Amino acid sequence: MTHQDNPALRESATFPQDMISMVQTMARTGRYEIRGWGAKRKLPSFDDLSFITASVSRYPLEGYRERCETKTVLGTRFATKPLELDIPITIAGMSFGSLSAHAKDALGRAATNVGTSTTTGDGGMTEEERRASKHLVYQCLPSRYGFRPEHVRAADAIEVVVGQGAKPGGGGMLLGQKVSERVASMRTLPAGVDQRSASRHPDWTGPDDLTIKIAELREATNWETPIYVKCGATRTYNDVKLAIAAGADVVVVDGMQGGTGATQDVFIEHTGIPTLPAVRLAAEAIRDVGMTGKVQLIVSGGIRTGADIAKAIALGADAVSIGVASLIALGCNSPYYEKDGVKHDVTADYHALGTAPGYCHECQTGACPVGITTQTPELMDRLDPDEAARRMTNYLKALTMELTTLARACGKNDVHHLEPEDLVALTIEAAAMAKVPLAGTSWIPGNGL
Amino acid sequence: MTATTESITLDVHEMGVTEVNRALRALPDGSSATLTQIRGAHNLAVGLTNKIHITVEGSTGYYLGGLCDGPDITVNGSPGPGLGENLMSGTIRVNGNSSSAAGATAHGGLIIVSGDVSSRAAISFKGGTLAVAGDCGHMSAFMAQAGTLLIGGNAGESLGDSLYEAVVYVGGKVRSLGADARTEDLTEADVAKVRELIEKSGFDHINPENVTKVASAKQLYNFDALKNQRY
Repeated sequence: MTHQDNPALRESATFPQDMISMVQTMARTGRYEIRGWGAKRKLPSFDDLSFITASVSRYPLEGYRERCETKTVLGTRFATKPLELDIPITIAGMSFGSLSAHAKDALGRAATNVGTSTTTGDGGMTEEERRASKHLVYQCLPSRYGFRPEHVRAADAIEVVVGQGAKPGGGGMLLGQKVSERVASMRTLPAGVDQRSASRHPDWTGPDDLTIKIAELREATNWETPIYVKCGATRTYNDVKLAIAAGADVVVVDGMQGGTGATQDVFIEHTGIPTLPAVRLAAEAIRDVGMTGKVQLIVSGGIRTGADIAKAIALGADAVSIGVASLIALGCNSPYYEKDGVKHDVTADYHALGTAPGYCHECQTGACPVGITTQTPELMDRLDPDEAARRMTNYLKALTMELTTLARACGKNDVHHLEPEDLVALTIEAAAMAKVPLAGTSWIPGNGL
Repeated sequence: MTATTESITLDVHEMGVTEVNRALRALPDGSSATLTQIRGAHNLAVGLTNKIHITVEGSTGYYLGGLCDGPDITVNGSPGPGLGENLMSGTIRVNGNSSSAAGATAHGGLIIVSGDVSSRAAISFKGGTLAVAGDCGHMSAFMAQAGTLLIGGNAGESLGDSLYEAVVYVGGKVRSLGADARTEDLTEADVAKVRELIEKSGFDHINPENVTKVASAKQLYNFDALKNQRY
């Protein structure tokens, strides 16, 4: 019987059906939920902002005809070879291991097609990924799985990962079913173990140490390669200032909507701050230490549309990174996969995982019905890397068109000219977090006005 | 044409770390370099791939020999944290003590320390070898995945916490074992391995047949909350 059958049924706001299910699962199994994706609950987001585009007081650019620059340069502070990207949309770090080799290959090729960068993940750099990616960012993670000096030298940028938005302060987890022989070999581990990734770096412990660590990486790359520092969004203002003080060329801030391949649900839903306040805090920190235009800011965590990207840039980001959205573009949560032009329905495979297309976050199982987050050969074969690369390329192009459409409407001939003044907030929370006025007012909560 | 080997002396204080590293990187295989006026400099001799011999005359700061894949380094002094971090190959011989995280994440190579090392020695080891004549601090071999740690003296608290496949040998006492670490009986292969390390290091105060072997109990390789696993 449902609420439709009997309107007298009252669902508890404290114990809705999904909470009842979670409590009972914990009682049955003695364990908490580990899952993929980012925060699923509703959070203040870029959807709570709107652009006040040109009208009488501002002059718009012609939507399709006039040039709107998207070129983005990252790493101009110390690196002698900054990364020059054609668009301000990059692919976030996701490991080979968490993702299949086909998925990594497709992401790399799509990024190359549109002139942007992709990023390695926990587990090192694969040859396929390096070959496919014109611009490849190499992550230096706490686990240092597969971290090799020749890959440091082969990278176009190095990202020192302090944390990520899905689990700031937490380490990673690759459950044994995804630790195949190849993954295990790259990570120097026995196949099939539940592979933990450390939550803190093995050879440095604080911002002063980080300064020396960054200097070491610069020495090892002859001061040529941009160095990023990536933080999960928590104490963002101070973290960004410390990362800059430690010598970062680029700071990456990942909000709590940011995804993961496998983390405790309690971490995903209950740590960090949303991307919306994180970008504003990071931009303020960069401005307050006089580094605007010198240190670049990349923002990630729940970025899906050109509107999200335009709003992030308007609030101070130089670029964004997309993770979960890129997997969706590859086919994540689709009810079918396509092979040789034929659609194969995999709804039953979702049901076998206890989920359904549109709801799946079972990346941790390694049983991805569409072959993206798996190491099982027969599942991996479901993702055609050519078709996946084509879809991802299309998505990146469409995002870029959305972004430039909004920028032109605001009268900008460069997307990086978007600014907070182009925005209003639709909720009081968003006005307070983004520090832009509530629509129809000049009120910014917290500004004392 | 074969490059002529060189023998040079580099004044670290005068040149600065970056220029010293560039000079080291430019040396042909078989060359030797002596570094002087160290004054605790960080990041000396990092990221080198040439097969050269470097003598460091003094105590250094962080990450001496980090990210190296080739050179042999002798230190007449005491290096700071992260000695030989992520080492791939080559030998680092320290005539002195070393600080925390010695040999962190090393994939290969041999690090020999004639004195003591601080905490988290061989942390996250991925195949390297660290031989220490004296004692090591707490949490040594934490999450060590592969490789060998030989401690001639005593080991601090929580030795081998969350070990994977790396193996630790201790000549003295073990203060305590970390989660999922256990002692095991020595096999002939263990004795042979320790003997070989003694020969390479010259640490003949260690009796290869009288060391404590610590390895993973492998009870935490896969999570199972109902087994009352302890971390």
